[in-house]
Amino acid sequence: MNKHFQYVLRMGDNALILGQRMSEWCGHSPFLEEDIAMANCALDHVGRARMLLTHAGTLEDKGRTEDDLAFLRDEREFFNFLICELPIGDYAFTLMRQYLVDAYHFHLYSRLQTSSDGVLAAIAAKAIKETTYHVRRSGDWIIKLGDGSDESHRRMQDALDEVWGYTGELFAADEVDDFASSKGIGPDPHALRLDWERDVFDKLRTATLRIPEEIWPISGGREGVHTEAMGALLAEMQFLQRSYPGLNW
Amino acid sequence: MNLLPLWEVFVRTRRGLDHKHIGSLHAADGAQALQAARDTYTRRQEGVSIWVVEASKIHASQFEDNASFFEPAEDKVYRHPTFYDVPDELNL
Repeated sequence: MNKHFQYVLRMGDNALILGQRMSEWCGHSPFLEEDIAMANCALDHVGRARMLLTHAGTLEDKGRTEDDLAFLRDEREFFNFLICELPIGDYAFTLMRQYLVDAYHFHLYSRLQTSSDGVLAAIAAKAIKETTYHVRRSGDWIIKLGDGSDESHRRMQDALDEVWGYTGELFAADEVDDFASSKGIGPDPHALRLDWERDVFDKLRTATLRIPEEIWPISGGREGVHTEAMGALLAEMQFLQRSYPGLNW
Repeated sequence: MNLLPLWEVFVRTRRGLDHKHIGSLHAADGAQALQAARDTYTRRQEGVSIWVVEASKIHASQFEDNASFFEPAEDKVYRHPTFYDVPDELNL
């Protein structure tokens, strides 16, 4: 597979699948203001997915559009990080996942602004403004709830313990990442990890949360090997195009 | 039930205009109220600046006081500058 295509496709998949998960809160968040904010951020991710998948389709050069890539691929052809597809859980889990991924995206898109791929650099320039807000919002909740009541602290700690093992995958470099960093298309994942850890450790300590022990990282998303939650997510997301191919409105 | 305090939101739609009251929302503190206001009231380019004020900090005139507060002004038309010729440019 074309490595440049694959690099951009993975990012598009991360944005699409995370945006789909976040949108599940629409109409169900704990209170109205949070409902609007979460849906708003979900749309930022879906919008980013559209740009990235369109760009991926161009790089692949087989005539696939953003819609083809989003709605007509099967589970094994999606390459998002597993952390993006995990079920929404309770609101503590949603916010914890959100913060950890937002902090990753903040450093990723900061660096992608100087990508040698001009389209990717332009997408990053737009995305970094959104993500600067996302990480501020989710980071604020981490502190408020982590250093909040006994119950909110316990729930945030449970969420952190549950999701922590999925963060290693964010920085695991394979031949696609090596290709991207050697061509100046994307950043070096190791440098990204150092920046991410500095921010995240600082935030979690401020939130009085205990950083989990180093554990065996859970991975597979980027080889197309997913958790059991992925199939159900795709079934819901792709239902309309699968049942009524080519449907438009 | 929402246990978070209520905040009143004021948005300036363009540079040079005043902040106008646009609505209210619940948030834990001022920083979060600003963020919620950003998402609730400015997601369609409605503003360039936001103020939030905790609703309990606002002192409001009371309906019972309307007679003494506002009605005395009703028969004092001379307080309006309607006896002058105002140039059109002033756009009053």
